Amino acid sequence: MRKALFTTLLLIAFPLAMQWLGYLFYVSFASRVMIYAIAATSLNLVLGYGGMLSFGHAAFVGAGAYVASILVAEGVASAWIGWPAAVAASAALAWIIGAISLRTRGVYFIMITLAFAQMMFYLVNSMKAYGGDEGLTLPRRAELGLGLDLGNEVVFYYVVLLVLLAALYALHRVVHSRFGRVLIAIRENEARVEALGVPVYRYQLLCFVIAGAAGGLAGALLASHGKYVNPNVLHWLQSGTLMIMVILGGVGHLWGGVIGAAVLLGLEHVIADYPLPWLAQVAPNYQQHASLGVGIVLLVIVLFAPQGIAGLISRKRHA
Amino acid sequence: MRSKVLGALVAAALAAVSTLSAEAADRIKIGFISTLSGPSAALGVDIRDGFQLAVKMAGGKVGGLPAEVLVGDDQFKPEVGRQLAEKNVRLDKVNFLTGMVFSNIMLASVPVAFESKVIYVSPNAAPSPFAGKQCNPYLFVASWPNDAYHEAAGQHATNRGYKNAYLIAPNYQAGKDSLTGFKRFYKGNVAAEVYTQLGQLDYSAELAQVRAAKPDALYIFLPGGMGINFIKQFVAAGLSKDVPLIVPGFGSDQDIIRPVGDAMLGLFDTAHWAPDFDNAANRKFVAAFEKEYKRIPSVFAAQGYDAALLIDAAVRDVKGKVEDVEAVRKAMKAARFESVRGAFKFNRNQMPIQNYYLRVVARDNQGRLVNKTIGTIFKDHGDAYVQECEMK
Amino acid sequence: MSWILILEQSLNGLQFGLMLFLLAAGLTLVFGIMDMINLAHGSLYMLGAFLASTFVQLTGSFLAGVLLAIPATAVLGMLLEVSILRTLYTRDHLSQVLATFALILIINELVRLVWGSDAALPMPAALSGPVELLPGLRYPAYRLVIIGVGLAVALVLYLLVAKTRVGMLVRAGASNREMALAMGVDIKLLFTLVFGAGAALCAVAGSMLAPLLAVQVGMGENILILAFVVIVIGGIGSIRGALVGAVLVGVVDTIGRAFLPILLGAFFQPRVASAAGPALASVMIYLIMAVVLYFRPQGLFPARG
Repeated sequence: MRKALFTTLLLIAFPLAMQWLGYLFYVSFASRVMIYAIAATSLNLVLGYGGMLSFGHAAFVGAGAYVASILVAEGVASAWIGWPAAVAASAALAWIIGAISLRTRGVYFIMITLAFAQMMFYLVNSMKAYGGDEGLTLPRRAELGLGLDLGNEVVFYYVVLLVLLAALYALHRVVHSRFGRVLIAIRENEARVEALGVPVYRYQLLCFVIAGAAGGLAGALLASHGKYVNPNVLHWLQSGTLMIMVILGGVGHLWGGVIGAAVLLGLEHVIADYPLPWLAQVAPNYQQHASLGVGIVLLVIVLFAPQGIAGLISRKRHA
Repeated sequence: MRSKVLGALVAAALAAVSTLSAEAADRIKIGFISTLSGPSAALGVDIRDGFQLAVKMAGGKVGGLPAEVLVGDDQFKPEVGRQLAEKNVRLDKVNFLTGMVFSNIMLASVPVAFESKVIYVSPNAAPSPFAGKQCNPYLFVASWPNDAYHEAAGQHATNRGYKNAYLIAPNYQAGKDSLTGFKRFYKGNVAAEVYTQLGQLDYSAELAQVRAAKPDALYIFLPGGMGINFIKQFVAAGLSKDVPLIVPGFGSDQDIIRPVGDAMLGLFDTAHWAPDFDNAANRKFVAAFEKEYKRIPSVFAAQGYDAALLIDAAVRDVKGKVEDVEAVRKAMKAARFESVRGAFKFNRNQMPIQNYYLRVVARDNQGRLVNKTIGTIFKDHGDAYVQECEMK
Repeated sequence: MSWILILEQSLNGLQFGLMLFLLAAGLTLVFGIMDMINLAHGSLYMLGAFLASTFVQLTGSFLAGVLLAIPATAVLGMLLEVSILRTLYTRDHLSQVLATFALILIINELVRLVWGSDAALPMPAALSGPVELLPGLRYPAYRLVIIGVGLAVALVLYLLVAKTRVGMLVRAGASNREMALAMGVDIKLLFTLVFGAGAALCAVAGSMLAPLLAVQVGMGENILILAFVVIVIGGIGSIRGALVGAVLVGVVDTIGRAFLPILLGAFFQPRVASAAGPALASVMIYLIMAVVLYFRPQGLFPARG
């Protein structure tokens, strides 16, 4: 608990420090990391706690991003309309996709979620009215009113931080509720839970929808943050990236999504933008091959430390 | 949790360190983002090589000040280009941004520069919205307005008396601009207007349609890797014997000539420049480029070179005081430099007004395949959108 | 709508489908026999193309280059199987997906380090012209060769799997692994060989398609998803299913690209019609897969009894 409080205080102080130093770029970067943390956390719910290998989660993030963007592009700037609309749209999409996909099991479930996500990708790509492949550039971020200017990096950061903390708290409550315990039981031994008469399908569907809705909220924030959205946000490789974050951070651990997003995006940025001269001597152009490091780390984690960073931390504590 | 704390502390420390070096304003920092990988990499590489040649010939300086050119690869992905632009503008704090080949990447990325009042000098793409309603004071185009080559080609098709033209372009803003431009000056009938997917490599389906339609001319706008594949497949399907092909200058330049080879001989195209232009600046450029890079420059290289000269002239005219962006703009608009194309002047929307020529692919006196100028199609040609631009 | 047009588009669809079949055949065997989702299958296709480009440059002959690339890719595939993939057979699907996804990233970057992000593989000059199939239809010779090679490989595979002892072991392993083990089959060797065969097939597809398309890092990812769709439609573990599924996908894709835009052009603007055609074709392919998964999850030609 104390660790969480300390971290939260640091997160609150961070943008003020950055602003004083004159580096608003890092405040913007931190907002982006937190938005991906929200998306990864939503995937963690369905993957880590629900045990459902959804390979199409990017579709929900993308749906939220596009709904929020289209509204702003069409002149509806209020976030109070845009963001709930994004959440509703992703929830509806998750309901449809989940209702069909959850009738299948195992590898077929993976394939069908992937198929649906790709379908969404191609559909969005063909929407020339909203940019198609070029993507959609927005004139401004959504407006919250209340005297808050989301165009201000520091203000936007705090809003995102609030949403992230709320999402983590909600996940915590869900996991420790009866619903959450049933979900975990289903993940451990579905046949037994079914035999007990529990409507497994309904529990899984609800979990899927909640995760999809949270993903949609992350998408809406992402679109506002970058003021740009592009069909690649729905591509299956993006789903893969979200999965990497969850696995890296610790699948099934509360902070798994946050740790994974921070470490992956942080490492990518540091490798790409801060050249280490001694490393460049040994391996010239190493900065363009950051994905190699990511791949190796991921492989190592999958083979040897499947509980991710959070798992390593808690193992040390209990050792 | 711990790693997030660590990450924040590291970032803060690095930021503090970087602020120390950011205040050295006696350098010109230029962000160069281009497509340097993938099937269309040759275009970005040419622009970069032309640009860097100009800087090198000035002793590594732009406008008299030492220059730092930060090169980034957008990998033909708009979101990557945009991220690079954000880094260049917000982290590296560049004075100028330049380099992009493709309109889709440019449309996604340059708003980042404009928001922060950083000037973008386009060495290639100049989509029509930027010529008209969305014209922007921080955009300067060193190449041509998107429609231009296509308008010239349409005029050429009219001059040749073609009556039934089949049109193909990729389905993005520049593709749309290309066929709109062609149709503006082509007075015959359009057999079909087909938009392919951006980055598409297999044209078997489209070629079958062309064969069935039996047009008397085929006009294609397929730059980079798309053009290479299309022309190769066009020849393989036996259509090169039946249907005359017309292309804009970037559909038949060195990047396509090299992989396709002799099948390109006799192909007509339109452009604002050719390597055989007889003015002092161009002779110097072509000789230096061939010496440095051991290959013939394409229009892309010429555009990259001119973009560097344009920036150099502007910085020189404000005597290095690039912090005054309005003064830089004014100096850039005057465009006091010796362009390899000859005379250079800007329109009200900061896109060039210039001549366009008919070229043909032929052999030079060393037996190499090169574009030769054979006539002038338009003189002092602007663009059709400038009326909608509200800049003075 | 002339007969020539329909014939030409059918040939195009067949050509695309047969190449897809080469990829799907290897994938379906690996999936069916070893019960492993291998996302890095597309990377083997990419490796085949890059290796072919190097061998063609070294030997100066297209045929020699391709023939050398096939065993080279098979060897690399088998090395991969023995070292890393073997440990994944007993793991759950999530681990397999993540580990092979990591392999995609690693192999992409290694290729970039060795070759750069692209390579050149030009079409053999002798085949770069057309062949007059019918008066008025001059079809590219190279594509005919592809169709020929695809059909030949399909025939060879059929003979191998249906008529030889090794093939029988493969079929036994696909339909009931435990029983095959109980009968004393050397499962480790069989798996490695099957994986090597799959890699070889990928190399054939990669090196043959390279002159038509392009050799670039990331070329595997684009075609990988389609290969998975094909094997789901066809039936996991079934080569016959892979063939039917691949040709079906190839034809639908070509119809989408060729005829749908014309149909839609009657109602919509050219840009919209041109975009909607391929998008609808893709959606249709995924829809077919979703329908098959829902109503007949074991596929059209299930291998498992």
